[in-house]
Amino acid sequence: MTYALNAWYSFLDLLPFQWTSYIFMKNALLAVLLVTPILGLLGTMIVNNKMSFFSDALGHSALTGVGLGVLFGMRNTDISMVLFAVIFAIGIVFIKHNQKSAMDTTIGVFSSTAVALGIVLLSGGGFNKYSNLLIGDLLSITGSEIIMLFGLLIVVILAWAMMFNTLLIVSANPTFAISRGISTRATDIVFTTLIALVVTLSIKWVGLLIINSLFILPAAASRMLSQNMRQYTIISVAISLVCGVVGLFTAYYLNTSAGATIALYCAAVYFIVLVFLRKI
Amino acid sequence: MNKCEKQCGRLCCTKIENLTIKDRNTSILEKINLHLHCGELTAIIGPNGAGKSTLLKSIIGERKYSGSLEFIGESGNKRPVIGYVPQHLSFDGDSPISVSDLFLSCLKSAPVCFVHSKDKRKEIISALKKVNAENIIDRKLSQLSGGELQRVFLGLALMPVPNLLLLDEPVSGVDKNGIELFWKILSDLRKNYDLSIIIISHNFSQVLNYADRVVLLDKKIIANGTPKQVFSGNGFKELFGAGEVI
Repeated sequence: MTYALNAWYSFLDLLPFQWTSYIFMKNALLAVLLVTPILGLLGTMIVNNKMSFFSDALGHSALTGVGLGVLFGMRNTDISMVLFAVIFAIGIVFIKHNQKSAMDTTIGVFSSTAVALGIVLLSGGGFNKYSNLLIGDLLSITGSEIIMLFGLLIVVILAWAMMFNTLLIVSANPTFAISRGISTRATDIVFTTLIALVVTLSIKWVGLLIINSLFILPAAASRMLSQNMRQYTIISVAISLVCGVVGLFTAYYLNTSAGATIALYCAAVYFIVLVFLRKI
Repeated sequence: MNKCEKQCGRLCCTKIENLTIKDRNTSILEKINLHLHCGELTAIIGPNGAGKSTLLKSIIGERKYSGSLEFIGESGNKRPVIGYVPQHLSFDGDSPISVSDLFLSCLKSAPVCFVHSKDKRKEIISALKKVNAENIIDRKLSQLSGGELQRVFLGLALMPVPNLLLLDEPVSGVDKNGIELFWKILSDLRKNYDLSIIIISHNFSQVLNYADRVVLLDKKIIANGTPKQVFSGNGFKELFGAGEVI
């Protein structure tokens, strides 16, 4: 893997741009090429299965996860963040399957509790040092973290390939899915755990305020353009990738937050599609 | 006489015995006993909140119940292959799922984005032909009318041909011609395949014309017999009034 990373650095050195002299930009570009397809691919399933509010809540749960890690004196709060998000996700799935109250209300309750608890836990020693979690810093990504992202991309692609059809059937009608031998609860648990992993492992670079927009916006724009699931998936990943790369360079030259700039490009694509296709 | 014929009197059947569902202390279904033969079209009728959909969901396995539910077929007792046509089908205006996507997702394990098989497409078209819907294979589900959506799901419920075909008020919100076409398709299915059909319906005139058996349900079985027996019985008159079936 290190060899591949060095090959990537050498390849970029051949390009006649000033930014190629910065190792952090080389890393950030590679990270964008890895993270954006993950978010674009998962986003199509999140939007199709009406879980956009849920993925947003998961982002917020990261605050509590870090807060709990700090409280228990953990050196690496990433572990507590991932663990808490997975427990949070599975907890919501159990409530979804055992309770009759509206799902958006339940998620809202969980999400706001997680944010409040997280802020209380983290503000004790001054919240400022954790503000990075909110906005994220793509330019701070290291080589070893990129290798981890590559592993995550492989996991997401495999999980996507295995779950795509099942999630499609569940999104069409859950009872129909059960009649075909699908366990909707098991499907929900695996899928939400996957979202929890992706959200928490990429939040440091994208930021919890931004991450959900990178899931939702490309898929939402792609839905308006697509006639079938193949087009939906391809267009969504393409929007993610293009906006990711363009957004990163814009952020570099304007000195703005990379995650938010990428999200703004995705939003621009969404609104352009909305205006030109729907003629509103 | 083989085992099935001894137990069912026919080649296969579904036996529901003492099926009861409670939600906390409220009874939703009480001691339901039903014996459904293959080749029969059974209509379940009853007022709103009678537990009709819940009964289907318990047969499918979505609702927990006490009592027993047994399928007896040629190869012994096993979980039956169930086909289900849902009641409420609505898709957002921009939902990208096409009819072909939905069929492929049920037929293949590889993501539907990557499937290009011509054989599968032929298979889907022939399934759609059975329900007069072969010309809408490439349309998005969100662009289909209520009747077209129901026929698509009926076509899908027949792949593979099930032992039990369950339909939950499939023609609500469908025009008159669509309703008649749907019942004709169902009636032909019963003749051509060895399967039991259970349909929840409020279309009493179609039930009278096409069903072999009617079950009147209101948390428990009020009446069970031929359409004429049930419609002329006191239980039906008390719940729906005497002049309801024309």
